[in-house]
Amino acid sequence: MRGVRQTYPFVKPTELDSPERARAPVIIVGAGPVGMAMGLDLDRHGIRNIILDDDNKVSIGSRAICWSKRVLEIMDRLGCGERMLAKGVQWNLGKVFFGDEKEPVYGFNILEQEDQQFPGFVNLQQYYVEEYLIDEIDRSALTGIRWENEVVAVEQTDAGVTVTIGTPQGEYKLDCDYLIAADGSNSPVRKMLGFEFDGETFQDHFLIADIKMKAGFPTERWFWFDPPFNRGQSALLHKQPDDVWRLDFQLGWDIDREEELKLENISRRIRAMLGESLEFEFEWASIYTFQCRQMDRFVHDRIIFIGDAAHLVSPFGARGANGGLQDVDNLGWKLALVLNDNAPVGLLESYNNERVIAARENVLNSTRATDFITPKSTTSRIFRDSALELAREFEFARRFVNSGRLSVACVLDQSELNVMDSDDFGGDLVPGSPALDAPVTINGEESWFLKTIGKQFTGVYFATDGTQAPDGAAKLEADAIPVKTIVVATGDETETLVDHKGILEKRLDGEPGTYCLFRPDQHLVARWRDFDLQAVRSAVAEATMHTHTTDTT
Amino acid sequence: MTKKLRTEPRIEDPDDFYAGLISLHEGLDSEQSQSLNSKLILLMANHIGDRQTLDELLALAHSYRPQE
Ligand SMILES: Cc1cc2nc3c(=O)[nH]c(=O)nc-3n(C[C@H](O)[C@H](O)[C@H](O)COP(=O)(O)OP(=O)(O)OC[C@H]3O[C@@H](n4cnc5c(N)ncnc54)[C@H](O)[C@@H]3O)c2cc1C
Repeated sequence: MRGVRQTYPFVKPTELDSPERARAPVIIVGAGPVGMAMGLDLDRHGIRNIILDDDNKVSIGSRAICWSKRVLEIMDRLGCGERMLAKGVQWNLGKVFFGDEKEPVYGFNILEQEDQQFPGFVNLQQYYVEEYLIDEIDRSALTGIRWENEVVAVEQTDAGVTVTIGTPQGEYKLDCDYLIAADGSNSPVRKMLGFEFDGETFQDHFLIADIKMKAGFPTERWFWFDPPFNRGQSALLHKQPDDVWRLDFQLGWDIDREEELKLENISRRIRAMLGESLEFEFEWASIYTFQCRQMDRFVHDRIIFIGDAAHLVSPFGARGANGGLQDVDNLGWKLALVLNDNAPVGLLESYNNERVIAARENVLNSTRATDFITPKSTTSRIFRDSALELAREFEFARRFVNSGRLSVACVLDQSELNVMDSDDFGGDLVPGSPALDAPVTINGEESWFLKTIGKQFTGVYFATDGTQAPDGAAKLEADAIPVKTIVVATGDETETLVDHKGILEKRLDGEPGTYCLFRPDQHLVARWRDFDLQAVRSAVAEATMHTHTTDTT
Repeated sequence: MTKKLRTEPRIEDPDDFYAGLISLHEGLDSEQSQSLNSKLILLMANHIGDRQTLDELLALAHSYRPQE
């Protein structure tokens, strides 16, 4: 079995000896992928923060392997996207097998759209992603991780939150304006505060084994229902970098856990699946029961929940970390505006509303997939098997087959921060959609559209005349909440952004004169056929809750 | 919303259809029958296609569930 990759040293916090209590704008509990990304995202918005983790290493068990396009785009702004892309294994084909038949029931292609920097998915061990985040955090002046700093108590007042932290050398306290709980599915912070985590635990066990083998299997997601090597159950095979493969065997409810975890028994399963003469080494194996749960609310005044602490899903659909990292993207800019007194506290309520809905969608999709894989009754299993049988022949039945509906970017079309279209628009987006990438050139160099927006409010203007920005763009840039305007040139003037393949224009439906306003998390707020300074300003006000009267309950 | 589900008699030669439906299950045990029925339901559902009609069918069927 793979050992611990590296341990990170405990450094005695200066506060342990100091009689004075230090204060940070934000404290993040948990250095999992979500907590670390949160620290970096706040860094990018200029907010100082401290990440506390009770452990001293990255995640070791078999955890996330599939990272979605949207998450790669988010991670790109945190400095990790291109490393993930370079190291990760790209794939876009999935195959579903049923019963004894060697031929798949059907195959599917997840390739969403061409001409984007990042593919639909890359596979990469979670520990690599965490290590890339740690590298970026090491470079940051505004965030840092305190290893072996366990949060043991939290106390919230009107003015902030006081955190009690246990370390190998004793306890100390820190104050903060906001506490972000990213302390995983068992969230001690959630438990300390007594919040519910409603949902269900599925009555089933899954053996997840990562093995190293040189095998000629294609880079595809293979999923079996009721295969001869695991009768009545399911199985999965998926590739990771370094010749590591993820295997997943459904075991059923009544099992002898210890027996199943014996290496000789796991080996027997693996050989039955992949061939008796297979040579392989174990990386990791563990047995899981899966749950789908979420909190009612993620924002509790000055304590905000993100990632698995706020919502937990079964892995079918890869919506766990991929969901949590979208929480980060959603929260960072809002919290920064609130902390800088540029937006009312009500803006944080929109994090709650937008991400609670997104989590519901993830929980719903993951629950349905798990119900399909683990039918709860004989009738449910009979329907499942019938759908699979019909799927060989009929396209319509393939749509019922659910081995996981893979994570896609959340469209915040119900958000109160959007401004409804007053002009006619086609294209691929609606207000609330995350922007779509497109190849562009910037100063004559090939680049990607998404690299130009994000971090702050950005207007994308399709010029009517050369590279001329609309009148008033400069004023917007000087506002309290500045709006940067990016001009998409009409010709191929090299000094600005050029949509040299015309793809951006198509995706945003950007006829000349069009102005599209994006939030700092790249979601579309509003768009107009003509630039109007006042309209843009009031859209920014709307998107930062300046124009709303909110009731924060 | 006006109802889309049609419940007036529509099947030509109902005795003949009914006999066909029953004979489909001849010689099957109840699990095999249930399996066959589920395929028939999925095929019929797709043939109907229209979500409102299907939802009305589910709601009507629900009303026949035994009372607790
Ligand atoms: C088998 C499996 C497969 C998966 N596959 C995928 C996938 O393909 N794609 C995907 O997106 N997701 C997947 N997931 C889910 C993914 O692993 C999680 O969603 C993700 O790790 C959540 O990140 P997090 O940072 O919220 O929490 P965690 O990773 O759980 O991190 C929480 C951190 O908080 C720390 N902590 C806890 N308590 C305290 C405390 N009191 N004080 C200080 N620190 C504390 C912990 O030590 C830990 O470091 C999978 C999960 C499993 C189990």
